Amino acid sequence: MSTEEYKAEEHPVIEPGYTFGSITEKISSIVLTKKTPLGWFIGFGIAFMLLMGLIFTIGLLLFVGVGIWGIMIPVGWGFDIINFVWWIGIGHAGTLISAILLLLRQEWRTSINRFAEAMTLFAVACAGLYPLLHMGRPWLAYWLFPYPNTMAIWPNFKSPLVWDVFAVSTYATVSAMFWFVGLIPDLATLRDRSTNRVGRIIYGMLAMGWRGSTKHWHRYETAYLLLAGLSTPLVVSVHTIVSFDFAVGIIPGWHATIFPPYFVAGAIYAGFAMVLTLAIPIRAVYGLQDFITMRHLQNMAKIMLATGLLVAYGYMMETFTAWYSGNEYEKFMIWNRMTGPYRNMYWALIFCNVLTPNLLWFPKIRNNTIFLFIISIIVSIGMWLERYVIIVVSLSRDFLPSSWGQYHGSPFDWTMFIGTIGLFLTLLFLFVRVLPMISIFEMRTLLPEAEVKHEGEAS
Amino acid sequence: MKKHAIYGLMAEFDDANSLVEAARKAYEEGYRKMDAYSPFPIEALSEAIGFHKNRLPLLVLLGGIFGCLGGYSLCYWVSAIDYPINVGGKPYHSWPSFIPVTFETTILLAALTAVLGMLALNGLPEPYHPVFNVKRFALASRDRFFLCIESTDPKFDRDTTWRFLDQQQPRFVSEVDY
Repeated sequence: MSTEEYKAEEHPVIEPGYTFGSITEKISSIVLTKKTPLGWFIGFGIAFMLLMGLIFTIGLLLFVGVGIWGIMIPVGWGFDIINFVWWIGIGHAGTLISAILLLLRQEWRTSINRFAEAMTLFAVACAGLYPLLHMGRPWLAYWLFPYPNTMAIWPNFKSPLVWDVFAVSTYATVSAMFWFVGLIPDLATLRDRSTNRVGRIIYGMLAMGWRGSTKHWHRYETAYLLLAGLSTPLVVSVHTIVSFDFAVGIIPGWHATIFPPYFVAGAIYAGFAMVLTLAIPIRAVYGLQDFITMRHLQNMAKIMLATGLLVAYGYMMETFTAWYSGNEYEKFMIWNRMTGPYRNMYWALIFCNVLTPNLLWFPKIRNNTIFLFIISIIVSIGMWLERYVIIVVSLSRDFLPSSWGQYHGSPFDWTMFIGTIGLFLTLLFLFVRVLPMISIFEMRTLLPEAEVKHEGEAS
Repeated sequence: MKKHAIYGLMAEFDDANSLVEAARKAYEEGYRKMDAYSPFPIEALSEAIGFHKNRLPLLVLLGGIFGCLGGYSLCYWVSAIDYPINVGGKPYHSWPSFIPVTFETTILLAALTAVLGMLALNGLPEPYHPVFNVKRFALASRDRFFLCIESTDPKFDRDTTWRFLDQQQPRFVSEVDY
């Protein structure tokens, strides 16, 4: 055990032996090669088939209505909101890696931030579909925004659902801009390296004439830091506002002040699980072990452990508060979660989110990519169950037994959920094929040659 | 015969330190209209060519203030003036409920200003620029470092500037055509 113990200095953020040229070569050739790996086609094919399930379900939904889902009275928020919160939460790790770790000068973030940000964008796209389709008439979605209209009405700004519209649309916009700004210098690299005329034109237009001028870099760095500084409070606010959707209501199990911090911790937890789920196969398939090293996986596992414990504390406090409040509805809610008709969900959730991450205390497990991969999938399932328990259990049995009911997702709930996983993976496969999945220019700055002596220092 | 007009003279270097060194020497020599090109941001480089002014943070602050005031005024005007509705007996102007929207619009406007402001100040998108006429400049986005002294500089002279750049031990010196 002691001989195998992990040492940070043995796992650098980039393996030695690289130059500016070879880093550029290695990352950009994944995109610029004519040959697409067979594995890519297989993966993309499966993802695309799942996406067809989503398109079919949406088509049917628009034709028939939300009745094809399992939602009923009293559970009017079912899979749609569970999946909305799940996807939004997954997105949060991307912003955390790209913004908060940048401000904290954690240079190990460099090789994972690009695809974590892409993951954020695609997860937010999946999340956004649910409330949109839950409206039943998504073509009227623009009614959510305040605009002068002939009906002379306005949104109610005292409603958390309106806050949510602002939070999620701001989050989507800012994440997209952050991602694109980060891509500009790499698009210029692709433009200059592409041997294919169409590629040169497309990458050239996207790079907007970037030429690496030092004056440009100076403003670019300022803009990037400011964006990171703005995204940091933004990401915290988004999941806080998502939790307000519940916490502002009076349903037992929702009306709790612990919701905002506990939702934010849960989001980061779920997000890092998803980054690990994606990073482990990608580095193996594309041979990127030199750039995404064990150090990265270790650090992500540690963040997962820390946020997992925060989430476990949240569950503990929920239970404690229900007992300590002396409120019979709150007490019943917790008892119903543990022993009621959805008890399997609750105990599966405790297994996935409270017990499993504790395996990450052991360096041996953190050093094993297969274990990490399995644990991260269990955590993703656990976070989905968490939202299921919060939403369905609370709604199905509230104050009056005469209004109780039983909810189960319909087959179309499942095709839609699996379909959004297909959408997410399809977008991710396309991204990996046409854009550099690791930030090339930031990787260059990690090399010792990038150190520039300051004035006055002897050469 | 008069030689054709050029944009400037460009020297190519192998590493970041030589570029920064050369840029410093050029500044000491009195050149002001110049720019350096590198495959990644180098903090010392913008100092070396004497580039300090950066108005972006101020613009972003203004964008944020505008978003903040705009967001709050929207909530206030809609809820208290144009369309007052009684929700749960709360006052029409219940400011705590307006904070989330105000916060989001502040961030949104500040972030939009940061991105669009950066692009605008940099003059991007810019489909054509003379430096791309130098064939080897394609390496500026890979592993080479360039210094370009522009012909609009009052001290610029084809021969002396060429000689000056040549003394800095570059790999190549070349003319940049318009």
